[in-house]
Amino acid sequence: MKKFRQLRPQLLALAVVLVMVGLISPGFFSVTVQNGRLYGSLIDVGVRVAPVALLAIGMTLVIATKGIDLSVGAVMAITGAVAATLVADGHSVPVVLAVSLALGLLCGIWNGVLVAFLDIQPIIATLILMVAGRGIAQLITGGVILTFNDPAFSFIGSGAVLGIPMPILIWLAMGLAVGLLVRRSALGLLIEAVGINRRASMLVGVRARFLILATYAISGLCAAMAGMIVTADIHGADANNAGLWLELDAILAVVIGGTSLAGGRFSITASLIGALIIQALNTGILMSGWPPEFNLIVKAVVIVTILTLQSPAVADELTMLRDFLRRKGAQK
Amino acid sequence: MIRARNLPFVATVLIFLIAYGLCALQFPNMLSFRVVGNLLTDNAFLGIAAVGMTFVILSGGIDLSVGSVIAFTSVFVAVLIRAGVHPALAFGLALIVSTGFGALMGLTIHALKMPAFVVTLAGMFLARGAAFLISTDSVPISHEFLKTLKGLFIQLPDKGKLSFLAIVMLLAFALGVVLAHRTRFGANVYALGGSEQSAELMGVPLRRTMIQLYAFSGFMAGLAGLAYTLYTSAGYSLATVGVELDAIAAVVVGGTLLTGGSGLVLGTLFGVLIQGLIQTYIVFDGTLSSWWTKIVVGLLLFAFIVLQRLILLISERRAAMRSAAGE
Amino acid sequence: MTHDALLSAQGIDKSFFGVKVLDGVDFTLRAGEIHALLGENGAGKSTLVKILTGAYRRDAGQMHLAGAEVEPRSVAEAQNLGIGTVYQEVNLLDNLTVAENLYLGRQPRWMGLTDRRRMRADAHELLARYHVTADPDETLAHYPVAVRQIIAIARAVDLSGKVLFLDEPTASLDAREVQSLFDVLHQLRQQGLGIVIITHFLDQVYQIADRVTVLRNGRMVGSRAISELPRRDLVSMMLGRELAEATGHRDPDATEPDTAAAFKFENYGKRGSIAPFDLAIRPGEVVGIAGLLGSGRTETARLLFGIDRPDSGQATVDDHPVSLHSPEEAIAHGFGMCPEERKSDGIVGDLSVRQNIVLALQATRGWARPIPRREADALATQYIQALDIRPPDPDRPIKFLSGGNQQKAILARWLATEPRLLILDEPTRGIDIGAHAEIINLIGKLRAEGMALVVISSEIEELVAFSTRVIVLSDRHHVRELKGAEITAEAIVEAMAVPGEAA
Repeated sequence: MKKFRQLRPQLLALAVVLVMVGLISPGFFSVTVQNGRLYGSLIDVGVRVAPVALLAIGMTLVIATKGIDLSVGAVMAITGAVAATLVADGHSVPVVLAVSLALGLLCGIWNGVLVAFLDIQPIIATLILMVAGRGIAQLITGGVILTFNDPAFSFIGSGAVLGIPMPILIWLAMGLAVGLLVRRSALGLLIEAVGINRRASMLVGVRARFLILATYAISGLCAAMAGMIVTADIHGADANNAGLWLELDAILAVVIGGTSLAGGRFSITASLIGALIIQALNTGILMSGWPPEFNLIVKAVVIVTILTLQSPAVADELTMLRDFLRRKGAQK
Repeated sequence: MIRARNLPFVATVLIFLIAYGLCALQFPNMLSFRVVGNLLTDNAFLGIAAVGMTFVILSGGIDLSVGSVIAFTSVFVAVLIRAGVHPALAFGLALIVSTGFGALMGLTIHALKMPAFVVTLAGMFLARGAAFLISTDSVPISHEFLKTLKGLFIQLPDKGKLSFLAIVMLLAFALGVVLAHRTRFGANVYALGGSEQSAELMGVPLRRTMIQLYAFSGFMAGLAGLAYTLYTSAGYSLATVGVELDAIAAVVVGGTLLTGGSGLVLGTLFGVLIQGLIQTYIVFDGTLSSWWTKIVVGLLLFAFIVLQRLILLISERRAAMRSAAGE
Repeated sequence: MTHDALLSAQGIDKSFFGVKVLDGVDFTLRAGEIHALLGENGAGKSTLVKILTGAYRRDAGQMHLAGAEVEPRSVAEAQNLGIGTVYQEVNLLDNLTVAENLYLGRQPRWMGLTDRRRMRADAHELLARYHVTADPDETLAHYPVAVRQIIAIARAVDLSGKVLFLDEPTASLDAREVQSLFDVLHQLRQQGLGIVIITHFLDQVYQIADRVTVLRNGRMVGSRAISELPRRDLVSMMLGRELAEATGHRDPDATEPDTAAAFKFENYGKRGSIAPFDLAIRPGEVVGIAGLLGSGRTETARLLFGIDRPDSGQATVDDHPVSLHSPEEAIAHGFGMCPEERKSDGIVGDLSVRQNIVLALQATRGWARPIPRREADALATQYIQALDIRPPDPDRPIKFLSGGNQQKAILARWLATEPRLLILDEPTRGIDIGAHAEIINLIGKLRAEGMALVVISSEIEELVAFSTRVIVLSDRHHVRELKGAEITAEAIVEAMAVPGEAA
């Protein structure tokens, strides 16, 4: 199980977090079935992680190309606003989904064009939509929290199939779909090659610009799906708060998943586990009765620890230490 | 002749003047000292924070912690004053904490060789979390000292006032201009933004400059927090979420290159004023919603980023033509 | 007579990771002379310069400046001692003004603040001494490279004032700019400065230098007055062989095939890079490209493979005109290229050997048609065996392989695409002897199988051994073509020493 071994640090971290949360709040692991749907804190983690998990899928690919997408939260707001407006106008669910997802894709392509073809730094290029996006969303909703009452659409957020809540199914399905897309085609390999060494990749004929564009497009699509879930969950669109700061959580999830911000090798599964770790921490702190304020401090500590371990300066030190220990071991 | 490097600055000033002119045509009342005074007062805390951000961006870095540090400072000060500490002492303590926090981020960026983006992201979470820990409620404050400060102003013609906050902001910009153009620290910041490697070869002390730089940004964020506290007469840990984005936008719209190395501190003042002008226009209009601000700022961001990309391309092409012509 | 040595070094040793890059090198610079430091890639020039200018610490040896023993621990310290350096292009800041560049870190101050007026006046005065009229308040980016170069020299001399090191100062200058740079150097020489210039333009060495020191493989070959050193002797000093004995063993099968040329380049060139040339390549031949560093070898390869766009001429493949404006297009016509800079342009370090081997083939197939794992495994196994890549572990990240094995993997990458024309830029540089021989054998084998190859190499014996034809480059011109019995090391060196414009 090579795959399993690669995921070991992330799985271990998740296990530690889950055990700790379980110790603090004993009811954490109990899962019950009510009205043919699973309930429980563990299930709740799975449901609530959906937006960040979806964003993390797209963000993983973008970061693998050495990029970053700051606009995903804003794209969630835009697509959520459009979906809510269309639902409120009485359009059918397939139409709403098609239009909203296409819009998300379009937002991603906009970012991709700026990054890949105008050679604008990713952080700068996606900042534009991050700033303007919320304004656009509010333009669509007319500045109010737009609500609707459409059971068919709300099903996306609160329904369940075979007892499993829809959000869980959606992020699992999307993770699986994108995972298969990149690993069963050559996309994954080519994206990694571009992220590790763009020059060398272009010299062997890899179409780097197209690939980079594609990753931003996928990221936009994932953001749109996250937007749908949030909109369906709250039966409306809140342009001000939908997806607010989720881009940071998504980036964090990817980083916890071990994909380096410097690009290169990536694992969507690991990013999803990263998202679960963050959500388990959130839920755990909430259940422990600690003030939710601790959340941010814990997150900050997690980021600093992980990044310190990943930082080139520390990595060099660690390598030297390991070599030193190995040599010592060899002497004995 | 306008030098190419100042072109974005000139564009910013022109945009501001033309936009102000158009607003005044529609609402003649906007052309008054009172409106100008309010424009400066209402955006004082943003302007102060943007001064620090300008330096960070000039160096090629970024500081995402600004909004959180403002909120932290405001809660910190409010709670201290509520506990009976004299505001002047509380202000001093707050500035020491925020400056030290910035210095620590600068040191981390340099020592761990990590991108400023992630380090200050952690800083953003940390400062916000610390603010939450102090208090999650809005803490109102009142003190004679604060009233005295707020009562200070310079009278302008026709009932206009240059408030204490506006004066502090203008002083902050003046300090920024002097630091940027008349000190070795300022030159070193520009040098870092040009190329860290070359700067090091030319003897710029990287570590010291990095620490000073983020300490300065932390100090300005702290000062902005004090201005915000004074402005709202309260400390609130949920306040000023996303102010760092407004500050970044002001810096870029003010003509500073987001990749660093080029721009003017004074441009940022106009970047802030443009944002304030849009808000003022929306208030005067009465029917438009405030979200137009973000869209217009987004459009301006796009325009400036593309403008600077074009300037870069043209200068590269010129350089290439120059060397080809020599063949 | 013994001139006073201004800067001297004896027995300098330096190793990196156990590899000796400088081995007992001596170097002497006199006051008031211009001294050229020459050597091919990997000779140790830049390491020596870095030690003398304080960027690196030496492992052994001594260094004296004006008679006193010195040991600079940093560039700044060397500067304070009087040793200044001007690197090729990276040591000024384009976004700062001319005056700021001249005085960064030592700005004149008045009451703690920078005295801009005095800085401007000082800059004016300083530049006037170099006959440069640049506005001190304009950004450096505004000025051409030649002016920047002189500003960099002005800064370095102003800071140090005894010894000046210049690393490839003329690499991007035109003839007129080179002349004004040389005027400045003459002026500085008259002031008694010792100047060390590193360059690969031999013409310029003869034009400006008083003496030369040649390094090869980390050792000093010799130090001579330029007036006593014919150009031919200088070239053989650099290449390291006595011409009389350098015959080389020619592969008896390396004869010109009688096939028709499949790849033709007519009047193909790019201004500022390589002068227009004609080149026709037939299947089953190895066209060797010889030339000193900077003669236009790599530029030729970049043009053929579509990395640079030509601004003159036409390429034809099988008599059909084609455009080769990107590597993608070139690959589509059956080209492949192993670049000179293996680390930055060749390997994709974090990917496995297998992934590196299939990368080019995968790129030609497109992302939607992945190479099945079984096929990838088969390809990897096949080439790991055929080229003897070690360790024979397809899953190992390629960055952990030795240089020679990385090179073999990159060769495998192209062989997997079954190219018709393979361009190899310095395929044997920096690799161990065993891999070296294997790659040479492979070149012969591929030629015998009917592939067309273009091989750039600074190893002349190597070119003699496997080339069916050799094109010799000098000063960015294709100056000579050698065929059959004409291909001898002597003839190649002779042709390399010919100034390009004369041909």
